[in-house]
Amino acid sequence: MGTGSCTPCPETDTFDDPAFARFSIRYCRQENLVFAFKRRGAIMKLGLKTIIAAAVAASFGGAAMADGSLTAVSWGGAYTKSQVEAYHKPFTAKTGVNVVSEDYNGGIAEVKAQVEAGNVTWDIIDVELSDAVRGCDEGIFEPIDPAILPPAPDGTPATEDFLPGTISECGIATIVWSTIYAYDKSKLTSGPTSLADFFDLAKFPGKRGLRKTPKANLEMALIADGVAPGDVYEMLGTPEGIDRAFAKLDTIKNDVVWWEAGAQPPQLLADGEVVMTTAYNGRIFNAVAAEGKPFEIVWDGQVWDIDLWAIPKGAPNMENALEFLKFSTDTQRLADQAKWIAYGPARKSSAPLVGKYNDGKIDMGPQMPTSPDNLKTAIQNNFEFWADNQDQLNERFNAWLAN
Amino acid sequence: MSDVTADAVSSGPLLAADGTPLKRKLAQTTRKAKIRALMLTAPLVIFLLAGFVFPIGQMLWRSAYNPSFSEVLPNLAAVLKTWDGQGVPGEDIFEIAVADLKQSREDRSIGRAATRVNYDLPGSRSLFTSTARKVKDIDGPPYKEQLIEIDKDWDDPVLWSILKRVSDDYTAGFYLSALDRKYDTGGNIVAQEEVQQIYVKLFLRTFWMSALITFLCFILAFPVSYLLSVLPLRTSNLLMILVLLPFWTSLLVRTTAWIAMLQSEGVVNDILVSIGLVGDENRAQLIYNQTGTIIAMTHILLPFMILPLFSVMKTIPPSYMRAARSLGADSFTAFRRVYFPQTIPGIAAGTLLVFILSIGFYITPALVGGQDGQMISNLIAFHMQKSLNWSLAAALGGILLASVLLLYWLYNKLVGVDNLKFG
Repeated sequence: MGTGSCTPCPETDTFDDPAFARFSIRYCRQENLVFAFKRRGAIMKLGLKTIIAAAVAASFGGAAMADGSLTAVSWGGAYTKSQVEAYHKPFTAKTGVNVVSEDYNGGIAEVKAQVEAGNVTWDIIDVELSDAVRGCDEGIFEPIDPAILPPAPDGTPATEDFLPGTISECGIATIVWSTIYAYDKSKLTSGPTSLADFFDLAKFPGKRGLRKTPKANLEMALIADGVAPGDVYEMLGTPEGIDRAFAKLDTIKNDVVWWEAGAQPPQLLADGEVVMTTAYNGRIFNAVAAEGKPFEIVWDGQVWDIDLWAIPKGAPNMENALEFLKFSTDTQRLADQAKWIAYGPARKSSAPLVGKYNDGKIDMGPQMPTSPDNLKTAIQNNFEFWADNQDQLNERFNAWLAN
Repeated sequence: MSDVTADAVSSGPLLAADGTPLKRKLAQTTRKAKIRALMLTAPLVIFLLAGFVFPIGQMLWRSAYNPSFSEVLPNLAAVLKTWDGQGVPGEDIFEIAVADLKQSREDRSIGRAATRVNYDLPGSRSLFTSTARKVKDIDGPPYKEQLIEIDKDWDDPVLWSILKRVSDDYTAGFYLSALDRKYDTGGNIVAQEEVQQIYVKLFLRTFWMSALITFLCFILAFPVSYLLSVLPLRTSNLLMILVLLPFWTSLLVRTTAWIAMLQSEGVVNDILVSIGLVGDENRAQLIYNQTGTIIAMTHILLPFMILPLFSVMKTIPPSYMRAARSLGADSFTAFRRVYFPQTIPGIAAGTLLVFILSIGFYITPALVGGQDGQMISNLIAFHMQKSLNWSLAAALGGILLASVLLLYWLYNKLVGVDNLKFG
């Protein structure tokens, strides 16, 4: 009874002796229960086997599929979206290679850890210039031969088509972006117009948002303190200049909310946590254009910089990464990206192709950091200064923060 | 030898059933038991070795051993070790320097050496990277003259004395940095400039905040645990769930819940404004500072105090207090002389747990700490993730480890670790 299969147990009235009946039925049910458990065990074993088999197949399949995918790492939010729309989607449509998008907050720590551990999972990374140079010097990024880049439509070679300084040894620039500051028009009707206003708590009381790094903050502090934009880095090269910049930051220190990710400043403004905040210009533009936020950008003393594609040494899909790099830095693709975010294309030939925002209304030209009106008091981030001094200035900045 | 054996046999030692002497048989069986016990503990031992001893050893090793310079510029490092360190070296050392710089350019490794020198001589990074780019044009003597022509900083005796120092792979420099000290140009240990001092201050703040949080946890947990231990089982179980539920909730969720509660547009401030305690314009700053860190960490660590206290209090028979009262003690004396001393093992366990956990707390101060609520762990993370100065991070970690061990030793002297009771 009940060995090996689940049989229906007899009813009580089929037995003469009621005690024996109870015993038999209980025994039968127990057997059935044991059988049921055994069967479930078998299923679980089967399940485990299937899972292992599937995992093995996936890992082998994954290796086999390597030519079909690519991991592109960028800064998230509106910026990654602009890349997905302008680069990733057309690239997948053209080549069939699936582009996986990952986010990070800048810096080369993560990719350095990957390269040193010999376990690189990223194929191409959007980095700032100072990180591209530093990663290149430390052998973390692959050198890229600019000769592989596509020429402009009129045949100008890429090396002449890119803006000066935007092709570095291990990185190819895509955009020009800028650190600006912005405020909420609906709250400050007669808004600030200069960097000095940003530091003027008497005229514009309220919290300020700043990126938690000395980069760009020191430059802006000096400009606000009356240093001509052209003299900023010369001034920062002296101990007195650094003291002066920190002294200026001191004047607003107690009213600063520090941000780290690019998506934070528009949020801080929208929440009313700050009355004005430094930000990446594209993020503010998108909050205005896509979400209808009443923010206004102040371009005075903007600190502009470039973002580049860099390929880590030992990237698992090197071929795809190079193809993607060539594809995404051609004239049309760079111009397309400007439809989605207010960052200037790194190629001269892209500029005339930049039209309107993807809603077809806002003219993108004046929104760019490279627009002549916006460039009047601008400075370019000096990557060499920061490569030299960032360790020391970061320490001083941390010490200053903690005091 | 044979005499002894013969003697032993003749005197007839005790034999086991199979004829072997009992002593050897016993040794055999206990050895088996020992091996079995060892096999049972082996997974844990291996785990401890691989998960704790090895990484901590690695960390301590990294804090004092940094071969970045001698790996990238091996020949230069070798000759600098024997150089007398006076002034600027001669043509021979410059020739080696040029050769090594050329090689490092080919290997694309100069950045690592430059970073290493830059820790000791801020601002020298580009001297190396830019020289390495230009050095390929030097294809013959005079090397010294040509290198100085590329950058006149190569003629600086301070640079060379620092190069001599970093050519040694073993260094106490990172421990000095971690204690706000540095070598001056003469190789003496001096205090770091005042505007750069941060670590000692942060260590002190970490210990001070941890002590405060431990004390707050104790004050809050003692009555709660007492209540839990004296209430009837049904009620105390319900209350226990209230203690455990947050304990089981993710740390991140609880921290972000505090952000929602304490931010300037948050629940607490809204209530304060609506009952008119503070004006709408000057809402209290309860988060992104030390206050926020202390509030959130006290809440997060509270169960670690309640649970050991509760389990110890549960074992104290209520009759002791009644006996004390019947012998004439007033309720405070009975509490102070009879009840409280019996809870000390629980207090000891709870404070130790909370204090050690809070010393290493990272996520909560990072999220709600703002500027003055940061702890030393946040700076360790900064050097791990942002500045990439892993040696300094390791030195900070080493000091933190040493101070925890010191405190533990002190604690053992004062309270006695045998006196701990987790339940």
